[in-house]
Amino acid sequence: MCYHTKNDSVSKGGDAPLNRNDSSAGKDISAALCGLYGSFGYARYKMNKFEEYDLYARNKDFLVADRVVTFTDTNGKLMALKPDVTLSIAKNCRDVPGEVNKLYYDENVYRVSKGANAFREIRQLGVECTGEVDDYCILEVLTLALSSLKAISGEYALDVSELSVLGELLDGCGLTSSQKREALRLVGEKNLHETETLCRAAGIDEQTADVLKTLITSYGKPAEVLPALKALLPQSAGLARLERLTEALGDDVVRVDFSLVSDMSYYNGVVFKGYVGNIPESVISGGQYDRLMEKMRHTSRAVGFAVYLDLLEEFSFSETEYDADALLLYGDANDPADVMRAARKLVGEGKRVCVRRNAPEKLRCREIIDLTEGGAVHG
Amino acid sequence: MDKMLNIALPKGRLGEKVYAMFETAGFECPSIREPGRKLIFENEAAGVRYFWVKPSDVAIYVERGAADIGVAGKDILLEYEPDVYELHDLGIGKCRMAVAAKKDFRDNRARTLRVATKFANIALKYYNSIGRDIDIIHLNGSIELAPILGLSDVIVDIVETGATLKENDLVVYEEIVPISARLIANKAAYRFKTDAVNELVQKIKNL
Repeated sequence: MCYHTKNDSVSKGGDAPLNRNDSSAGKDISAALCGLYGSFGYARYKMNKFEEYDLYARNKDFLVADRVVTFTDTNGKLMALKPDVTLSIAKNCRDVPGEVNKLYYDENVYRVSKGANAFREIRQLGVECTGEVDDYCILEVLTLALSSLKAISGEYALDVSELSVLGELLDGCGLTSSQKREALRLVGEKNLHETETLCRAAGIDEQTADVLKTLITSYGKPAEVLPALKALLPQSAGLARLERLTEALGDDVVRVDFSLVSDMSYYNGVVFKGYVGNIPESVISGGQYDRLMEKMRHTSRAVGFAVYLDLLEEFSFSETEYDADALLLYGDANDPADVMRAARKLVGEGKRVCVRRNAPEKLRCREIIDLTEGGAVHG
Repeated sequence: MDKMLNIALPKGRLGEKVYAMFETAGFECPSIREPGRKLIFENEAAGVRYFWVKPSDVAIYVERGAADIGVAGKDILLEYEPDVYELHDLGIGKCRMAVAAKKDFRDNRARTLRVATKFANIALKYYNSIGRDIDIIHLNGSIELAPILGLSDVIVDIVETGATLKENDLVVYEEIVPISARLIANKAAYRFKTDAVNELVQKIKNL
């Protein structure tokens, strides 16, 4: 077999290399994650793209972004393109005593992106566990989050918190609701200097203020962080639970971080976020949302997480130097069947082939096979 | 992941002051003081890489992870609400966000207040908190001109010494919030460079 080639003659060099956003990265990862969730008995949950707008109007604070795409359905009902999946799962949950529903989803949602101030279609994958959720279920969801991170990148971190620890502390301070909101914001920012100012303004006693400041500054491995906190808050059931769960997780990358402050009117108990190297935001976010279930008049409890696949696609660049491995040029004199045979031969060798009459101006390829100049494929 | 600490500094006088603090704390990068138009400087031995960035862009560089840490004014943090950690108040670049108006201004609550500002979010939040209906007029510069020409009733802007207001016959009507430079960090970078970030913050705090 031989190729008559004309290497490097036209299309190497030229403009800057093309950075190809490798959207297949997201697809490969989602297949791996779906397999992972399925292996733990989680069933695929497929849903309609639309939901009555009323659901989001009543639970606006639960949404990451408060604007949704709405339209009027043929029956006059105001509908919305789903900005979120968890609310729909929570709404449709059936309360059956003694049962637990384990689901995963891979859906598109529609939200306003923060930077662009425009609606975007965002692919979201996630896991939800509803029903009589116990500590095993929470540990299982945490384990799946950790395994998901491992599947995404070799460099990862999982931060875990227990909202009741901070909630009980703030409830005991006699703060107004706006002061409590402010305190949560400051904890979320790890903003020690303004927390000190707030504690003074709200008349929080020195001992409580010290505990609050310790919570803000505590970040690290459970074994390093929790003993000191347990000494300050010996009665805290949340800390004891966090210790049990993180111990059972047993991974060196798990960190305790009380700056994870999800909205306490929806979330409670364990909350967590996952990070991977080279992506500047959390790629996994989750926790217990029993309070959302209560708001929807369910007796079930719930825990789950979402994986933000759009972030993975956005930041998973595979910088390929070439658009194609081979450019196959043909002309009127070439029999289409011969051209196809040549192309198939190259594809069969695992090469990416671009078949054209003329060489595209900005195409970069490793080699050029010109069938018009007597180039032929033998074999 | 890059093990160097990427630091976004605000271009200008404030940035120079901030760099001096970092230098004293042991994160020096002598090439930054050389004249020229370079924007990136690094000192591998100290483990730091500095960028000069437009002050209002520092929070964007940090939020999006192009920089691990940076120094931004509290005004920018309040206006754009970037999802970052605010780890330390550097106590420099002090000024205040204030409502200013003509000397004879009287707030007539029977009608909507016209507010000219670069800081629409801060103005909206402030007036919402006191239940005042306002009409925001978004301007990008020479804000002081708006009440003089009758374009707005008041302005919401940063006041440092008050000299510009005085020269234009305006006075501070209400103070909204004190402003100073804050050390901010990217939330993901904090996970992967925890020790380096905490060491830097501690050394800056110890100055």
